[in-house]
Amino acid sequence: MTWPRFRDLLTTYLFVAPAVILFVVFSLFPFIKVFQLSVFEWDGISPDMKFVWLENFKTALFHDKSWWTSIRNAGVITVLALTFQNFLALVLALIVDREIKGKNFYRVVFYLPPVLSGIVVGLVWNWIFDGSHGLLNHFLVFLGHPEWQRAWLADPATALYSVSIIHMWKGFGWGFVILLAGLQAIPRELGEAARVDGASELYIFSRITVPLMLPVFFLVSILTVLGTMQIFDIIIATTNGGPGFHTEVPITRILAAMLGSSRFGYACSLGILFGLLLLSISMVQMKLSKWSSRYS
Amino acid sequence: MNTMGNTFYRIRHWSRLAVAHAICLTVASACVFPLMWMVSSSLKTQRTIFSDPGLWVSNPQWSNYYLAWTRGNFGQYFFNSLLYTVLVVGGVIIIASMAAYAFSRLKFPGRNLLFILVISTMMIPIPGSFIALYVLLNKMGLIDTRLGYILPQINGGLALGIFLLKTFFDKLPQDLEDAARIDGCNKFQVYMHVAMPLAKPAIAVLAVFNALAVWNEYLLATLVFSRPELMPLQKGLMVFQGAHITEYPLLMAGITISIIPILTLYFIMQRYIVAGITAGAIKT
Repeated sequence: MTWPRFRDLLTTYLFVAPAVILFVVFSLFPFIKVFQLSVFEWDGISPDMKFVWLENFKTALFHDKSWWTSIRNAGVITVLALTFQNFLALVLALIVDREIKGKNFYRVVFYLPPVLSGIVVGLVWNWIFDGSHGLLNHFLVFLGHPEWQRAWLADPATALYSVSIIHMWKGFGWGFVILLAGLQAIPRELGEAARVDGASELYIFSRITVPLMLPVFFLVSILTVLGTMQIFDIIIATTNGGPGFHTEVPITRILAAMLGSSRFGYACSLGILFGLLLLSISMVQMKLSKWSSRYS
Repeated sequence: MNTMGNTFYRIRHWSRLAVAHAICLTVASACVFPLMWMVSSSLKTQRTIFSDPGLWVSNPQWSNYYLAWTRGNFGQYFFNSLLYTVLVVGGVIIIASMAAYAFSRLKFPGRNLLFILVISTMMIPIPGSFIALYVLLNKMGLIDTRLGYILPQINGGLALGIFLLKTFFDKLPQDLEDAARIDGCNKFQVYMHVAMPLAKPAIAVLAVFNALAVWNEYLLATLVFSRPELMPLQKGLMVFQGAHITEYPLLMAGITISIIPILTLYFIMQRYIVAGITAGAIKT
């Protein structure tokens, strides 16, 4: 290789070097390190790491009830988000997509909660759901049902559902924006042609809108699952996992294992198990997506 | 008969429209109301906030904002958040655009492999990697430093940034760059003076998205900072809440302070945000 050619190549690599170095140090290395740490018992500081083979995974799978509770809780929130949140998003997108004026106004307002941080949303709703002077309790008194008042986020019967409501309030606008973009990408002529031919609205919806929107539906549901299962800052700002373990979610359990009880190896094994769970859920959904598009 | 039919259709049309707007406006007020209540709470006194749930505040306590800013330390948190956001967004734009330009326009061995590697973080969920990141930052002595908070977040923005900008550069016509090369510009000058100015719309999307992400970031701040004078707003809010659990007026004032910049950015840049969500959704 000649010198000018070599220098030319070198300057080219300078373009990608910063990105590649950052990636190797802060993405690739931690990714590999998690797998290594997961087979050790380690407090995060001391030099002695005890090799325990798959003991951490065994503990997580068979002896850690709070871990399974946390997955179940995140699952409940996810199911609620998949149904209610996405249903609301879809209904709103269908309404706004049609005849209505002020598309942009609604888009801006509905996307307001997703712009806010989970901490901000959590703290504001913490105050709304407050047990003694929260807005919701004031409202119940106003309705004439003071006996319905409760500490919504501290009561085991309502804590998880209250958190879910907060999460869905924050999330539906995001689904709305994507679904609306999907609906707007459907050529108008398709519906109009069918309408001229005398097709009913229901027919147009089920035979034109739904099939064309299927990929978008799957996309939204995959992202909803991935996002909701990893819910975390709303929980931190409201219940911090309580009362008891009623609103613990996987990420709060991983943090507790790591920062709370200094079991770094164990925290890593939880992270890997959780990552595998998310990966398999999204793979099933992608398979379903492919399968459904073939049959529609 | 004809006019009757017309009236019927017109009534049906209008009532449909009214129902549509009624639904949308109800949801819209459900979005806005908690925020209005937050602002109203931030202007009450420690006593009236518990006795009077009303939205209207007859005697607004603007001093709450001053107290939150000084005694609540939100001035410091605000400055920190601003600093982190500017530096991370700047870093992402520079580093991602250089890499994206090389991946799109320059030829070198290992190009495709490196590209796939660098954007792979968008595809694989690794919710545990923050544990190892913490261990790493600890070893590098970056815990409780600004740099330890900034560098991982620049890295966090790279995958989407490189992907977005490479797609953009790929679609640009090559002619302009060729002309610049013939005029004697080197690679770097072409990138700097030809490609970058053309990429402004894509860079705007990237900037807004990263600004939102950095401003709202919480997990890494928890891991990195224990010294309050370095903390960003999100962490500061939790510290304040932990220390003054019942001081709702000041807390609400702090929250309001924390969302004013992000809402301003949102209202100014909202068309880029919509473009970004759609682009981000297509990528997956």
